[in-house]
Amino acid sequence: MADHSILVPTQGARRAVGAYLAVFGAVLLLMMVLGLLMRLNQGGLVTLPPELFYQSMTVHGTGMVGVAGIGGAAVLWHFLGRYVRLTTWVFVFNLVTFVIGAAMILSADFIGGFAAAWTFLFPLPANAGGQWEDWAAAVHLGGLLLIGTGFLLFHLDTARAILGRYGSLTRALGWPSLFGSDPQPPPATVVASTMVLIVNILGLVFGASVLVISLINLMVPQFAIDAMIAKNMIYFFGHVFINATIYMAVIAVYELLPEYTGRPWKPNRPFLAAWTLSTVLVMVAYPHHLLMDFGMPRWVLIVGQIVSYISGLPILVVTAFGALMIVFRSGLRWDLGAGLLFVGVFGWAAGVIPAIIDATIIVNSVMHNTLWVPGHFHSYLLLGQVAMLLGFACWLGKASGGTSPSRLFNALAFWLFVGGGIGLTQSFLYSGRSGVPRRFAEYLPEWIGQARIGALSAALVVLGAAMLAGRLLAGLHRPTGAR
Amino acid sequence: MVQHIAWVITLVAMGAVTIGFLWVAAGAGNFAEYPGIVQKAYRIRKVLFIALLAVSGGVSAATLGDLPYAATHGAESGKFQVIDAVGARWQWELSADRAVVGQPVRFRVTATDVTHGFGIYDESMRLLAQTQAMPGYTNVLTYTFRQAGRYRLLCLEYCGVAHHGMMGEFTVVDR
Repeated sequence: MADHSILVPTQGARRAVGAYLAVFGAVLLLMMVLGLLMRLNQGGLVTLPPELFYQSMTVHGTGMVGVAGIGGAAVLWHFLGRYVRLTTWVFVFNLVTFVIGAAMILSADFIGGFAAAWTFLFPLPANAGGQWEDWAAAVHLGGLLLIGTGFLLFHLDTARAILGRYGSLTRALGWPSLFGSDPQPPPATVVASTMVLIVNILGLVFGASVLVISLINLMVPQFAIDAMIAKNMIYFFGHVFINATIYMAVIAVYELLPEYTGRPWKPNRPFLAAWTLSTVLVMVAYPHHLLMDFGMPRWVLIVGQIVSYISGLPILVVTAFGALMIVFRSGLRWDLGAGLLFVGVFGWAAGVIPAIIDATIIVNSVMHNTLWVPGHFHSYLLLGQVAMLLGFACWLGKASGGTSPSRLFNALAFWLFVGGGIGLTQSFLYSGRSGVPRRFAEYLPEWIGQARIGALSAALVVLGAAMLAGRLLAGLHRPTGAR
Repeated sequence: MVQHIAWVITLVAMGAVTIGFLWVAAGAGNFAEYPGIVQKAYRIRKVLFIALLAVSGGVSAATLGDLPYAATHGAESGKFQVIDAVGARWQWELSADRAVVGQPVRFRVTATDVTHGFGIYDESMRLLAQTQAMPGYTNVLTYTFRQAGRYRLLCLEYCGVAHHGMMGEFTVVDR
């Protein structure tokens, strides 16, 4: 039976989490503004040259994935630090590599003109068609590699710390309780962190490998990789990493909803089984990104559909239903933090629906690479993952004794963010239904009205998020008052 | 229309999730003993999980028999028209720009520079079918046009600065 005593984070550790959240807030807002500009351009309300549109698109996609990772890492590290001894300098090193990598990407894209989207599909980085120089591609890919290296070290440190206390990854996943009779499984945070380190270390290794191959290809064009293999590696990495950002953020739900409601979140057998199943399924589901690659083995694509249907179910049902159960008639007094965490679970649960539908091969053949795709991922990332992170930051600010603005300000910020988010995601989904392609700088006349509704909604999201971020930064301004 | 069905199902399911969350949120301020809630909720969760699994299995079984990949359409044995489509920034080069209503068309799709997406749109800009166009691969997309008219080809995989302008056209005529 493992020892589950609670460790108290040092002041340096708390400050590091504050620094993460400050970077998260700043980068998130910048990326949101870029997203708004793109929707305004598609709606014909501003005019961006196509080069600038696609540079912004590349920065927006890459930056949002990265900052979701940074926010998720802050949550994971903050709560995992209650159970295992983590290394603060590794945590800080990850943030430093992220900031340097982000600066490299911004320079490469906005100064060097690199614009190969977050997907950097081989051989596009080295085949710019005069749009950018090789140095810009190298700096962008190098920045990504640096960020990936930081995250890899971060997860290796969590692995070291978890192994130090629990002895093996299977014990940390709760297998002695799942398959045996150990009455005291590890805390939910430890289980989730173990799952994340397993999938993300593998995802990051594949991502780093294809980045190195692409970098060598820039210098030695004869050194090439099969485009389909590269695509598999990129989507394995991208799929696993972005899912892991949600699995990291959801730790805040496991830790904080019990605190708000006074009800425990017990990692029982269904919970442990769900996380073990999802450890495997999240890695096997990635071929749903390749359903329109007819050169893939057919059985892989069929498995991609079937596994996509079931991969999200275990954790989602356990978590979404668990959140509803714990909040139901709990006597909870809603505040901004609790509201954002609850909305985060809602956004995740609701957003998975169009995602699963898109993983159906016959649907994918008329939805793939339309705006249906940003429709579903903005649902579970913007209204899901980001809402959970904002809820965590809000709780942290309150726990640190930060000042809180009026209830009216909080309510306005909350509903601007949520209402705008719903409008944005629904406009994307409707446009996907209408066949509007994603990643188009210029629209046909019949698509412009939908883009304008999306732009208006995006403006509300930016306004709400700016109010929330400003409030949170004010709250985090007094870290020394932390519990 | 697949897109419309997918959209309606999505709206209904998302609406149900929304109602569930709103109902719980609205009643959160009241209080009831947790053990009683847990007992009932676990029973509902079990039913929900089995229902979702059954729906997933049923939908997979119903849809996996009608895949867009060439061989499942019997394209090898049927009488069809072959059109080679080659994507290169920023145009589609077709070996023929006409097809006939009711006769399956077998598009052999590839690319010479970077990855593109080969999307077929009708006159109302409804997306009918697509496949990826990738250097080193020839993807076979079989489609049977039911109406005469002008059809557009759009690139559905980002390929560079004029990606949005990479459009082609071809005509479908009556027999």
